[in-house]
Amino acid sequence: MNSSSPSIWQIMKSKGYSRREFLQFCSYAAVAAGLANSHLNAVVQAFEKKPRPPVVWLHFQECTCCSESFIRSSHPIVADVLLDLISLDYTETLQAAAGFQAEKCLNDTIKKYPGQYILLVEGSVPVKNDGVYCCIAGKTAEDILQESAKDAAAVIAWGSCASNGCIQAASPNPTGATPVHELINKPVINVPGCPPIADVMTGVVTHVLVLGHGPELDNQGRPKEFYSRRVHDTCYRRAYYDAGLFVEMWDDEKARKGYCLYKMGCRGPVTYNACSVTKWNGGVSYPIQSGHGCIGCSEAGFWDNEPFYQHLASFPGFGIESTADKIGTTLGIGALIGVGAHAVTTNIRKHKLIEEERKGTTDDSTTRETTAGQD
Amino acid sequence: MANASAATYQRVYVWELPVRFYHWVNALCVVVLIATGYLIGNPQSIFYASEAYQQYWFGTVRFIHFVTAFVFFFMFLVRIYWGFVGNAFARWTNFIPYKRAQVEEIGEVLKVDVLQTKLRGDISLGHNSLAGFIYFLSFLAFLFQSTTGFALYSSMSNALLPQMFRWIVPLMGGEFRVRQWHHAMMWFFILFAIVHVYLVFYHDYIEGRGTTSSMVGGWKFLRRSDHD
Repeated sequence: MNSSSPSIWQIMKSKGYSRREFLQFCSYAAVAAGLANSHLNAVVQAFEKKPRPPVVWLHFQECTCCSESFIRSSHPIVADVLLDLISLDYTETLQAAAGFQAEKCLNDTIKKYPGQYILLVEGSVPVKNDGVYCCIAGKTAEDILQESAKDAAAVIAWGSCASNGCIQAASPNPTGATPVHELINKPVINVPGCPPIADVMTGVVTHVLVLGHGPELDNQGRPKEFYSRRVHDTCYRRAYYDAGLFVEMWDDEKARKGYCLYKMGCRGPVTYNACSVTKWNGGVSYPIQSGHGCIGCSEAGFWDNEPFYQHLASFPGFGIESTADKIGTTLGIGALIGVGAHAVTTNIRKHKLIEEERKGTTDDSTTRETTAGQD
Repeated sequence: MANASAATYQRVYVWELPVRFYHWVNALCVVVLIATGYLIGNPQSIFYASEAYQQYWFGTVRFIHFVTAFVFFFMFLVRIYWGFVGNAFARWTNFIPYKRAQVEEIGEVLKVDVLQTKLRGDISLGHNSLAGFIYFLSFLAFLFQSTTGFALYSSMSNALLPQMFRWIVPLMGGEFRVRQWHHAMMWFFILFAIVHVYLVFYHDYIEGRGTTSSMVGGWKFLRRSDHD
């Protein structure tokens, strides 16, 4: 397919892009990868000289929303170049090949470019019942993943499915859906989100292409440049949060004024993503700007934190409508009633005791009182 | 009456100043933390008259919560320290029932508290074994609340202390879950306060040794005749 492996500049030239457009693309790629101006030369050199790496994009248990997001990257050249020019040797959704031909492409890439190809994984891997829930070309998802990951130069887990299991891993997780990083012995770049932001995806891929290694990761394997801050921290409605101005009901006066959606269950304060900075669809908007709270789609287990429109989730084991507060209030009232009843019986007993003591000492006290009276 | 005048009492200095100081600062902290914490979880519709730039009440509530949490945490450390250097009543050994006598006393106090049987003889002058054990459990609650609290705070601060608890977030399955448990644990403190305050009054009556006032002055009273 790409035995000669031309560089990105060579391919752009052959497609009719000018040197100027190439340099513009380089600077955009540097920005997307979060590099400083001083690193621009490295980007230009990488794209001029380095053979473009082959890319294998695997699809397991997923809905293809990550791919859909990726092809809507806001910068046309990035979408064009990355999709068109990175050598996408194997991807179920977009490849022209089918059947044995397609599987041959995958095998060829793995054999021909050990330690060179980039592995992108979309979707979680079912491990229950020997992985029967997701088989491609007669092989289980886990087998395909292990084979492909063994000699990969870098592994990127696209979306929440591959990063933390997403909806398939939601309780009770019938297929044993497992994220990629729990199955392979290699550093995995997690790019969670359902789907991840297109510009974040291109940014991560660009980073790997340009520098030959992944970006700096946090303790959950997510690139720090995109996932180090909460949606809440850069939200344009943050001022309303600090001022204590909250939407109380959908379509109330406060919702129309654009107040903070915290009380409507917005997950912004507990969600790490770049939504409020890069926004979606070419910087048009993001959920909170459209008047709907964040549902925390890039956080592990977010499907189990329902209902989405409540600040506190329902409490496990106590039914859908029960929050910690309702249970706590019930227990609190119970404790007060118990303590009250205890106080009543205690006082009855105390009364008896005082009565008894009074009777037992009647003679003494009567005498003393009498004496006192006579004096 | 004759009995009362005949009995002599020995004053015993039970709660040293650091213990009493810790108790009241901690009580104040817990009240403030519950009040502000509840407001953070369920902000009330107050002050809706002015624009966002004119007010900061929710930020202030959170600020008070964080500052109080730091005081609460460091006082907790001081109390643990005092459990090793303080007097016999303050020792850490009071909190863990590792001796047979302590376990037996727990049974006895349970009978007295729950079944309201008559108190036989004397129970420990300091913490009784049941109270001590409950305080030990509440220390675990303090620890849980401090660590989850700092874990949540670590996303807003680069300070060393909160960053030390960052690992709790992935361990508990994300910040949402940490927040959920931090909030649920608040109810432990509310229930504790209700039962604790009541039992102090109750034991003050059944023991007749000045349980309530001892946390102010430090003295408790030992009936001489019991020990002669």
